[in-house]
Amino acid sequence: MLRVEKLSTFYGNIQALREITIRARRGNITTIIGANGAGKTTLLRTVTGLIKARNGLVIYEDRDITNLQPNRIVHAGISMVPQGRQVFGDMTVAENLALGAYVRRRKERAEVRQDLDMVFGLFPVLEERRKQSAGTLSGGEQQMLAVGRALMSRPRLLLLDEPSMGLAPKVIQSIFKTLHRLHEQGLTILLVEQDAKIALETADYGYVMRTGRVALEGPADELLENEEVKRIYLG
Amino acid sequence: MEYWEFHVGRADRRQRALLVGSAVFVGLVIAATLISKGSTGFQWIVSGITVGSIYALIAMGFSVIYSSTRVINFAQGEFSMLGGMLMYSLSTRGGLPPWLGFIFSVLIVTAIGAALERLTIHPMRDQSVITIIIITIGIAIALRAVAKWIWGTDPVKIASFSGDSPIRFLGAAVVPQSFWVFGFAIVVVILVFLFFNRTLLGKGMRAAATNSDAASLVGVSSSTSSLIAWTIAAAVGAAAGIVIAPINFAGYNFGIMLGLKGFTAAVLGGLGSAPGAVVGGLVLGVLETITAGVFPSGYKDAVAFLILILVLLIRPQGLLGRAEDVKV
Ligand SMILES: Nc1ncnc2c1ncn2[C@@H]1O[C@H](COP(=O)(O)OP(=O)(O)O)[C@@H](O)[C@H]1O
Ligand SMILES: [Mg+2]
Repeated sequence: MLRVEKLSTFYGNIQALREITIRARRGNITTIIGANGAGKTTLLRTVTGLIKARNGLVIYEDRDITNLQPNRIVHAGISMVPQGRQVFGDMTVAENLALGAYVRRRKERAEVRQDLDMVFGLFPVLEERRKQSAGTLSGGEQQMLAVGRALMSRPRLLLLDEPSMGLAPKVIQSIFKTLHRLHEQGLTILLVEQDAKIALETADYGYVMRTGRVALEGPADELLENEEVKRIYLG
Repeated sequence: MEYWEFHVGRADRRQRALLVGSAVFVGLVIAATLISKGSTGFQWIVSGITVGSIYALIAMGFSVIYSSTRVINFAQGEFSMLGGMLMYSLSTRGGLPPWLGFIFSVLIVTAIGAALERLTIHPMRDQSVITIIIITIGIAIALRAVAKWIWGTDPVKIASFSGDSPIRFLGAAVVPQSFWVFGFAIVVVILVFLFFNRTLLGKGMRAAATNSDAASLVGVSSSTSSLIAWTIAAAVGAAAGIVIAPINFAGYNFGIMLGLKGFTAAVLGGLGSAPGAVVGGLVLGVLETITAGVFPSGYKDAVAFLILILVLLIRPQGLLGRAEDVKV
């Protein structure tokens, strides 16, 4: 579904991605783990067009989407939950979700309403707080809102950047349970995580990134048993 | 940065102190004027609010473009100048009824604003903000040159919308055009408010002003936002220029002063803040007319520059603006 081929991205002269190649298969949860600074966020930001790649390709559903503007990427069916959630703090929960459907604003009004009900079904707390400004939500609720907002564009591929960051274990469990449900409904997911254990337990396939490169890859259950992964990331 | 919301938010202590201080200062100036000058003083204040409403609208033009693109558009005053001059050609000379002249002038200037954005700003969108600001200076010079070529250098008198016989209002004689100015200012402020707070397009622009990455990720296009911002700024600027022209005359170079006053009002209120633009405009207008009444009239324009310098030195984010968020 998504193929990243030999992608290189720079911040000025500093190379953050070094010819990285990964694949996210349709219907799978693919995860990318790695230490802080490995380049995971840079990879997702390059895929979504927030930063330009210098070399390499991003192929989505057999289409070259390398360096398209972010709004084109959303139109193509890719949606991202950014690191640190980045909800629109001065707007209400309902407005945040409405903005999630920004690219569908002219058509599909009925479908947007349905999707809103779907998001409220996944995260009932958002419905309770729909009139509350997003900045007043707890971290976990903001993460749910960020996921809900990303779903409102009705993506076929969902990218998530460290959804567990700064959350209590219970909240993390509930968010990952939701990801599981979305996966069962057929959504393809590319999950970036620092919490290697929960990521590999959730995913079908995994990549380990180190200093802008793929250091290791394999089926998630095999990576969970891998000595090196155990030592460095699960230890 | 302050967002396009019509509430001030949680003001910090210093901000509240400054706000209260400025309010008291302006209040005292007004009170002193009323007590010492009586109905003449009231007259000054009414005309201060009139011209202040115009500064407020021009300041909103600055703020809309600034909050969407971080660009200070030095051609903002030229939109007002063009509005006034077109009104002169279409209505005063061309004989169109004022309301038709108004609509056509605003439409033409709006189209010019949108076209300028597409032809000069959009192609440079990957350049630095400073580069684009310099382009807006170029646009201003070009518009002024074209206006000079079309209309010449003499200021022109533009017919009032509904005559010139003053109306008695709370003991002051107010020209009817003043009421047009108030009316238009209120309508324009409400329309801009509704756009930014009630439409998804407008909310997307606010979202982009607060968190451009997150806004891009839901599909808000910075290029579209820039076009909309310029379109709104041109329309608002033109409307302001047209309604004030019957009171202030119009001329090819009137955009410079209007732009500087509007910019001062925007900076005073906090660039990017809509309520700040309104407050800044009214305060500047009132202080300016009172100064013009009390001191030799040559000092009138100095008020704006004095305020501009003071604000930039003491509180660059303005009265209602927040300090730029620290990047994390
Ligand atoms: N805006 C930036 N400017 C310069 N360097 C950056 C920027 N963002 C990230 N980097 C650098 O790029 C590398 C990868 O960062 P990042 O993609 O955020 O890693 P991760 O998400 O895996 O923690 C790091 O060395 C980081 O310091
Ligand atoms: Mg990261």
